[in-house]
Amino acid sequence: MVSVMEVYQLLPKTNCKKCGLPTCMAFAVELLGKRKAIEDCTPLVEEPKYETKLAGLRELMAPILSADSTETGMVIHTEKCYGCGNCVVACPVNVANDPKGTAIGRGPVSGKAILMVEDGVVKCVNVDQCRRFGDEKVLCNACIVTCPSKAIEFI
Amino acid sequence: MAFCTGCSLLCDDIEVDFEGAKVKRTLNLCRKGRGHYDSLLVDRLAPAVDGSLVDIDEALSSAAEVLEGREKILLFGWGNSTLAAQKAGIELAKKLGSVIDDPSSYSQGLITEKVLKGELPTCTFDDVRNFADVSIFWGDDPSSSHPRHLSRFSYYPRGEKRQRGYEEDREAIVIDVRKSPTAQIAADGFFKISPGGDADFIEALMAALGGKIPKVEDKKRMLNLGTKLRKAKFGAIFTGLGLAHSLGGDLDAFFSLVGKLNELTRFSVIPTLGDYNTRGFNQTLFDEAGHVNSVSFKDGVDHGPEFGIAKYLDSCDAVMVVGSDPTAVLPAPLAKKLAGMPMVAVGTHRTLTTDGADVTVPIGVAGLEVGGTALRTDGVKVEFDAVVDSDYLPDVEVIERIMEAV
Ligand code: SF4
Ligand code: SF4
Ligand code: SF4
Repeated sequence: MVSVMEVYQLLPKTNCKKCGLPTCMAFAVELLGKRKAIEDCTPLVEEPKYETKLAGLRELMAPILSADSTETGMVIHTEKCYGCGNCVVACPVNVANDPKGTAIGRGPVSGKAILMVEDGVVKCVNVDQCRRFGDEKVLCNACIVTCPSKAIEFI
Repeated sequence: MAFCTGCSLLCDDIEVDFEGAKVKRTLNLCRKGRGHYDSLLVDRLAPAVDGSLVDIDEALSSAAEVLEGREKILLFGWGNSTLAAQKAGIELAKKLGSVIDDPSSYSQGLITEKVLKGELPTCTFDDVRNFADVSIFWGDDPSSSHPRHLSRFSYYPRGEKRQRGYEEDREAIVIDVRKSPTAQIAADGFFKISPGGDADFIEALMAALGGKIPKVEDKKRMLNLGTKLRKAKFGAIFTGLGLAHSLGGDLDAFFSLVGKLNELTRFSVIPTLGDYNTRGFNQTLFDEAGHVNSVSFKDGVDHGPEFGIAKYLDSCDAVMVVGSDPTAVLPAPLAKKLAGMPMVAVGTHRTLTTDGADVTVPIGVAGLEVGGTALRTDGVKVEFDAVVDSDYLPDVEVIERIMEAV
């Protein structure tokens, strides 16, 4: 899990406001929430003295910004995933939506599952159904605690 | 739907798209299974004699020549063979008067034999899914070796009497020397033991089950565990290599523990076997000879540790290895001995073992290129068809043709 402080440490920390926000700390929060892009911090990108910080920040943010990161903030580290399906079978939305498939330990049969295993690793689809999504979101962690390789996290 | 022969769970809900022989997309196949599917195009075994490529007919007749006239042949492997090929293999052993053995002679053979004899209670994975409220993984890390074990059967799925999900309805206990990936998800249910500490753990658990204060291990935790197991309605114990090796061939303490548990409630044992059809070989040989491995057909049926690969390599004069890679797992001196032996290797892929063979005979990958039947590690029979075109021979045909030629 990447923290705001970790992001902040890699910013210029000058509170120059060029990004349109009052402080670098505020920018860090927006960056983590994916409402701002690294490029919005122009000094960091343009000034050579920040080169190492920029590289560090890009590395830190890579999993968050990658295509694997869904709108709920779910990040799937596919390189760690065994494709065991534990998360698929334990996910309460899958259990409710796919009682004859994932709920009983098999592959999905209903087309309404939100987690499934494709090409040997887990994939998140129908993400808007995730309990962490939308107005009535709850802090579900079924797909995190059931994972033997810590391949799923939320940011 | 396709099947996966990547491990002994023989998953039957696989969807796969091919582009020629190349796998394009799979659904429900775990990472290990995907590797198995992708291996169709990688490092395949070719028919060869003394390292030179030949056609399949010549490889088959040369294979027969290696075996002919030998007094003490070992036929070894069979875990990655179809039931039909295993049956043919046993017939071949009878015809040659040879020894037949499989890797269970240095892994879980003793446990499997007890199960087949009916001396250890067992059940199917479907029973586990429907009824089990306590699953014990002992020296067993299926999350790594049999990735879908917990999600298909032993911990996460809903079942007839297990409708409320794993948090409320099931308990996972892991007994292991290290915090394996399976132990990781069992959280509080993980009992770490020292290497070789299984006997102590069993002693402590026996005491706790008998209402006595255990002398070894954490007393309070063991008493709690004892209570939990006593209260279980339907317990299942999955055994792995860790248990078999730790107790070093003397599993009586473990068998007594299972006996004790069954006086108090119901506990079944399902060994987590490695190759996709290890259980099939053990069952087929058991039906034929009353033992699951290490059988000699020289004069009728003879059985004993002297006919297991580890011992028999000392005295045998030729080996045929089928669908197995003993060179990769045997201790170095034995592996060396094996490599120096006149050897025929039948298999799907190039391995350390096939590299040391005088004659190699390729076969198709079961469940993908050729059909057949196998026994899942819980003993349930699974039948599969080929799903992709191929010119490789089925394993049973190879064994039968060698049998005709010797
Ligand atoms: S957070 Fe909960 S609902 Fe969302 S994918 Fe994970 S298990 Fe399913
Ligand atoms: S539980 Fe973890 S390892 Fe298993 S499929 Fe889900 S993300 Fe992958
Ligand atoms: S668990 Fe075993 S049989 Fe099932 S998909 Fe994975 S490797 Fe194949």
